[in-house]
Amino acid sequence: MLAKVYITLKNGVLDPQGKAVQHSLESIGHKGVQDVRIGKFIEMKLSDMPKADAEKKVKNMCEKLLANTVIENYKFEIV
Amino acid sequence: MPLQKGDFMKFGIVVFPGSNCDHDCYHVVRNVLGQEAEYIWHKDKEINGFDCLILPGGFSYGDYLRTGAIAKFSPVMNSVREFADKGGFVIGICNGFQILVEAGLLPGALMRNRDLKFICESRYIRVESSDTPFTRLYKKGEVVKFPIAHADGNYFADDETLKRIQDNGQIVFRYCDADGEVAEEANPNGSLLNIAGICNEKRNVLGIMPHPERCAENILGNTDGKRVFESIINSF
Repeated sequence: MLAKVYITLKNGVLDPQGKAVQHSLESIGHKGVQDVRIGKFIEMKLSDMPKADAEKKVKNMCEKLLANTVIENYKFEIV
Repeated sequence: MPLQKGDFMKFGIVVFPGSNCDHDCYHVVRNVLGQEAEYIWHKDKEINGFDCLILPGGFSYGDYLRTGAIAKFSPVMNSVREFADKGGFVIGICNGFQILVEAGLLPGALMRNRDLKFICESRYIRVESSDTPFTRLYKKGEVVKFPIAHADGNYFADDETLKRIQDNGQIVFRYCDADGEVAEEANPNGSLLNIAGICNEKRNVLGIMPHPERCAENILGNTDGKRVFESIINSF
């Protein structure tokens, strides 16, 4: 089974990288980009297990290592 | 127990894969200050007989995932935590500071610099508190110049944490200009409140982005950082 984890900066945490990309998009003619936030995408291949167990496991991984919950939010899906 | 004549403090310098300021710290402790120093490999679980632990600068684990994120699970870190809990002096410099915040030994987080660049230059910082074992030989409000060398030194904490560390006097160093003004123009990396270094509530753990070990002897043209180490010895 596959776990897809999305990590983003919390609202209120400045994202200078996102800002730079936003400006670059504007400079190549893409109007109307109001905000850009850059995050991380992590894909993990897991051994087969009940979905509830996998969810518990991945949540623990996110809390402990994959995300820094001081500055980042995470969400994930198990497929 | 104050140091007796002939006694030396024993510093332990933790070496992670990717540490690169470990030798500088060793040199300052051993050769400049004449104390005992020993490297501690990050896989060592037992660490005994040390009076102060230094987590040096560098790029532990290549800064993979986030700076300090993987190092915080090195086997040695449990012992570092126990040592700190018992009141032992722990100083994290640059990457060491990043590891300490990731490990939760200090509050907040260190993010990518505001301008997304690695910055390597000398900067003025103001001593905000001399009430720590690491700064007792500085005067509160004193302006000193330390080198910085980092890409991820942008200090962040939520409002509540920021207020708490302010109220507790845990902000130890702030970036300032030559006159000691803590201005936004003097902020190299976007750190909230121009924070360059903080301590824990018990004041025995310090994290600092600038490098005191790179300005601790005359031959380097700057000795402003030497008193960090002398303060530790003086506090012991």
